[in-house]
Amino acid sequence: MALLEVRDLTVVFERKGTKPFTAVDHVSFDVEPGQTVGLVGESGCGKSVTSLAIMGLLPARGARVTGSVLFEGVDLLTLPDKQFRDRRGRDLAMVFQDPLSSLNPVIPIGIQVTEVLERHRDMPRKKAMVEAAGLLDKVGIPDPTRRLSEYPHQLSGGMRQRALIAIALACRPRLLIADEPTTALDVTIQAQILALLKELVHDMGTALVMITHDLGVVAGLCDEVNVLYGGRVVEKAERHELFAAPRHPYTHGLLASIPRLDAPRGEKLNPIRGSVSDNIPWTEGCAFAPRCPNKLDVCVRVTPEQEDIGGGRLLRCHNPVKPPVVEEVSV
Amino acid sequence: MLRFTIRRLLQAIPTLFVLSVLVFAWLRSLPGGPATALLGDKATPESIASLEKIMGLDQPLYLQYFNFLGRMLSGDMGNSIISADPVLEEIGRALPATIELSVVALLIAVLLGIPLGYLSASYRGRFFDNATIMGTLAGVAVPVFFLGIVLKYVFAQELGLLPPSSRQDADIDATRVTGFATLDGMLTGEWDATGNALWHLVLPAIALSSIPLAVIVRITRASVLDVLNEDFIRTANAKGLQATVVRTRHVLRNALLPVSTTVGLQTGLLLGGAVLTEKVFVWGGLGSLLSEGIQRRDYPRLQALILLAAGVYVLVNLLVDISYAIIDPRVRTS
Repeated sequence: MALLEVRDLTVVFERKGTKPFTAVDHVSFDVEPGQTVGLVGESGCGKSVTSLAIMGLLPARGARVTGSVLFEGVDLLTLPDKQFRDRRGRDLAMVFQDPLSSLNPVIPIGIQVTEVLERHRDMPRKKAMVEAAGLLDKVGIPDPTRRLSEYPHQLSGGMRQRALIAIALACRPRLLIADEPTTALDVTIQAQILALLKELVHDMGTALVMITHDLGVVAGLCDEVNVLYGGRVVEKAERHELFAAPRHPYTHGLLASIPRLDAPRGEKLNPIRGSVSDNIPWTEGCAFAPRCPNKLDVCVRVTPEQEDIGGGRLLRCHNPVKPPVVEEVSV
Repeated sequence: MLRFTIRRLLQAIPTLFVLSVLVFAWLRSLPGGPATALLGDKATPESIASLEKIMGLDQPLYLQYFNFLGRMLSGDMGNSIISADPVLEEIGRALPATIELSVVALLIAVLLGIPLGYLSASYRGRFFDNATIMGTLAGVAVPVFFLGIVLKYVFAQELGLLPPSSRQDADIDATRVTGFATLDGMLTGEWDATGNALWHLVLPAIALSSIPLAVIVRITRASVLDVLNEDFIRTANAKGLQATVVRTRHVLRNALLPVSTTVGLQTGLLLGGAVLTEKVFVWGGLGSLLSEGIQRRDYPRLQALILLAAGVYVLVNLLVDISYAIIDPRVRTS
């Protein structure tokens, strides 16, 4: 049994006086114990909403969540709030995008770490403080005992994200969701944080759902990748397969748009035309069609269904990119 | 923290100094003067001039000011023109009544306002929230003296539930120790006197608390709603903390920052409201000293009262800043 089975997860935002907006549309994926799964896409493709829906952190008003999120066989979506709170932070935890705003500015770091330990591991405050110092040390924060009494604004961005990781991993959860954990950080710090995450989830056997727009992160970390577009999974593949032979034009475009250091000077970048905001709903045709270089007539009329194309790959496209010839010859 | 406090107290000195100049000049720019007020409408210019000479009001303004300043620095604010008593004594007698009333009103406003505002935010958009907002709107809109008169009419006159005026019943023979009617009873063991004083406080304190209560409710509500949208609240929920822990440790503490500023400002404004409330409830505090002083141009008394009010305001704001530093570590280090 998979650790996490997300089935037809759909999130619709409804507000009086406005048209309901479907942010996540029948998204399904599995996470095996200890596995690292990537959710990749541009801003606005529904990846953060997916993670918040799994964690039960969407606002109660205005967001309608349907489908099922089975965590070790228990549907989190129908779990009463109290029981969900017992699991959050213990069995499944989350690291957020902006470490400064994600930490409480008026509470010392130490308390922000120990309150998880007190809550889920029934530790008395004193013992929890010792444990917290150990956790901070483990995530690479120097002089952890002193840091315990400091406040978030006294720490650097990288330190704050390390502290958030320490909080998330304090109870050795079986699933960690990281929502763009490196976006707000300097490039050098980004690599450190990713290496740290990779090491920790490996040591603890924690499964990781990595949410990112950065394919570089995916390449270094993920076993399996789900590419999201307009709230739907458009392509799912094992990491090597995806990089070697992206089939969906969107995935292909994402890969092609990465600037290359070995490219000749003055060569133009290859962006995907348009932006997510001008997408059309999936109800008629493919949402990516207006931006797609491979667009056919059928693409704007018929919504593509998700197909199993073999090798554990799923694809939602009428006119996929042909696999590179070189690959076929070499196989 | 001590250095911060001392620095702020020192900063208050020039503020009060500038204010003393302004008050001095402002009072003397009012039409009429103490001599005219004393002698009445029919006084001749000659008699007014000779009385002004006796009072020293014929001297150049700057000389009068330096006289006043010199006496003030040696702790003498002059004698009241109305009662001929030293104004500081007068104020000392009347101050406890006003403090008692203001403190109780402020307690009502804070202890009721913060929970109401919090609940209102929690039930946002529902009946409780809408009812609270309507109520606070009324609280801000209705003038204090009018509310006082209505309360007095309904609860004292028509229903006869509460006393309509004064600080204690006349037949209560209370021993005076501090001048605070409620405290004196406790200190001397005359509990009936304390009870009676509290009973008398109900209506005026409610009237006086209406505006600060309404403002505190609104600010708390807005502040809580702001904090609920913060990322760190999401983090707290992601940790699986119980809802009550999230609400108190994480939401309330952050939400109280703007509220403490408001409480400070409202405390300053309370003095103004107290004057009107005291008038309605025949309270006999600083309010009556002030209104009488203005009518009869009692310069020394008015100068002392206004500087006192300013001093209180400065002190309250210092307390607000200290509370800010206690709640928010970012203020402490910067």
